[in-house]
Amino acid sequence: MKIVVCVKQVPDTKGGVKFNPDGTLDRAAMLTIMNPDDKAGLEAALRLKDEYGAEVTVLTMGLPKADEVLREAIAMGADHGILVTDRVLGGADTWATSTTIAGAIRNLEYDLIITGRQAIDGDTAQVGPQIAEHLGLPVISYAQDIKIDGDSVIVQRQYEDRYHELKAKMPCLITALSELNEPRYMTPGGIFDAYEKEVTVWGRADLKDVDDSNLGLKGSPTKIAKASDKVRKGAGEKVTLDAEEAVAYLMGKFKEKHVI
Amino acid sequence: MDFSLDKKHEMARSLFREFAENEAKPLAQEVDETEEFPMETVKKMQKYGFMGIPVPKEYGGQGCDPLTYVMCVEELSKVCATTGVVVSAHTSLCIDPILTYGTEEQKQKYVKPLASGEKIGAFALTEPGAGTDAQGAQTKAVLDGDEWILNGSKCFITNGKVADVYIVIAITSVTEDKRGRKKKNFSAFIVDKGAPGFSFGTKEKKMGIRGSSTYELIFEDCRIPKDNLLGPEGKGFPIAMHTLDGGRIGIAAQALGIAEGALERAVEYTKERKQFGRSIAQQQNTQFKLADMATRVEAAQMLVYKAAMAKATQKVYSVEAAKAKLFAAETAMAVTTEVVQLFGGYGYIREYDVERMMRDAKITEIYEGTSEVQRMVISGALLK
Repeated sequence: MKIVVCVKQVPDTKGGVKFNPDGTLDRAAMLTIMNPDDKAGLEAALRLKDEYGAEVTVLTMGLPKADEVLREAIAMGADHGILVTDRVLGGADTWATSTTIAGAIRNLEYDLIITGRQAIDGDTAQVGPQIAEHLGLPVISYAQDIKIDGDSVIVQRQYEDRYHELKAKMPCLITALSELNEPRYMTPGGIFDAYEKEVTVWGRADLKDVDDSNLGLKGSPTKIAKASDKVRKGAGEKVTLDAEEAVAYLMGKFKEKHVI
Repeated sequence: MDFSLDKKHEMARSLFREFAENEAKPLAQEVDETEEFPMETVKKMQKYGFMGIPVPKEYGGQGCDPLTYVMCVEELSKVCATTGVVVSAHTSLCIDPILTYGTEEQKQKYVKPLASGEKIGAFALTEPGAGTDAQGAQTKAVLDGDEWILNGSKCFITNGKVADVYIVIAITSVTEDKRGRKKKNFSAFIVDKGAPGFSFGTKEKKMGIRGSSTYELIFEDCRIPKDNLLGPEGKGFPIAMHTLDGGRIGIAAQALGIAEGALERAVEYTKERKQFGRSIAQQQNTQFKLADMATRVEAAQMLVYKAAMAKATQKVYSVEAAKAKLFAAETAMAVTTEVVQLFGGYGYIREYDVERMMRDAKITEIYEGTSEVQRMVISGALLK
């Protein structure tokens, strides 16, 4: 079985968030981690590898520095890493990103593609399903459990209060939730091996069947109007009153602030 | 000269830090309080290869270098010094001598399960009457056909009861020099747990590293196979001394970790703690103390990393190891004492980690060669 796992290097929310003047994230200046949902997707692939035997290829698109998440994935047990990086691909929205990644995946053999549900920096949850659309594959999103059954996958798709059990024939694409599993740690020897291994680097020229008009900032229908770090609200005001007094107090405050 | 770590070492450090924070830190207080060996954490460390970091892959290890191993002990000790010394004693004092002096058969038989973490290792040199004066040891080994028979006892043995494999130093002959002075000739042995005649004495109750399993080992006509002699007969003393050179780098890393852990807590605490209307971090007294500690800690780190690099590239690294251990241990003691002072009354309370850190720090000035021994080694090389 051949599995492609798509991962993204995202800002570590423990560190500060920094922006470029155009409103996009200044990724080079921030501490980074492997996106948690993607890490769960990778762990799911590695567990399938442990159980059924599989060749796991990890693919990312980003700055040359995104090579780090591929090394991390290899140190956890992935077999190959592919970095898609090119200046012309910069500033991509979900459409341009999924077009790029699909263009890269067209060069590969695969039975299963696993992506994270969404990235903690964009929170769109669009890229996974869009890749499936570009490649004409069935997609099962929000996976909380994955099993292999012959040439099919059986996946539990999570809802708030229940789950659906869905079966899809491979090849297909699954988007993983961070609740799917507890990702393993790297091993020290795995890290040393990962830095001895060659990571494949692809640019624009290596993408298959994609049009320039769908790539990079120019090919992105979505434009970021404004972005800012989370503004911290004050602690607020806490009052303890009985119901009638509370209503009167609130009405007074609303009037004072011209809410009503 | 470049003082920055390369990417793989940076990544290894982030791995050790994440593991220590998630796995060892939540148990540190309990391990200290109950004096229970952190077996749960050790099992996890086995799974992720932490028990054989600097061991070649052909012998079941991770194939990393001494620096990576040192960073592991450092990061573990930042949150739990007990966990740090488990790895240090196992790796430096048990695996390393077998790897250095063992036959191919011994490496296959012992290093493989030790490096994979399936087995835990220990090292036994110290005796009740022989600490710094290791030559004063009394434990004897006599060859009887195909077996060595060991008699005597060893004390203060780290990983004492949890270990499966022990390196034991014992007298195998006494010779006279030209002037008629008697000289004990030591040899090193590999002893399996469960060897007939091998038992455990008292468990030591300690000031610090209380979860570490510290026991007395007793050998009463203990029989081990002839093939378990490690290195040439009569070379046990140099083997023990060379092993301790490596061990000191591990302990130096433990001390460094303790100092770093205490300093980190001091930075957090002094920013939060308010007295006289402002945080104590805003008082110059605190600022100067933090600055001095940070400077000292970084100097210790440089010496420890330098010693680790020396172990990777040099045959002899006694002086580098001694300097690293001396300075890191005294830094750990000084820094933890100062941090307890900055915490004031809270520093003296067990609920706060710094009290434990101060107790843990003391042992680093004592075991695997006291600070006085390190000074002897350093000055000995200077005055040669």
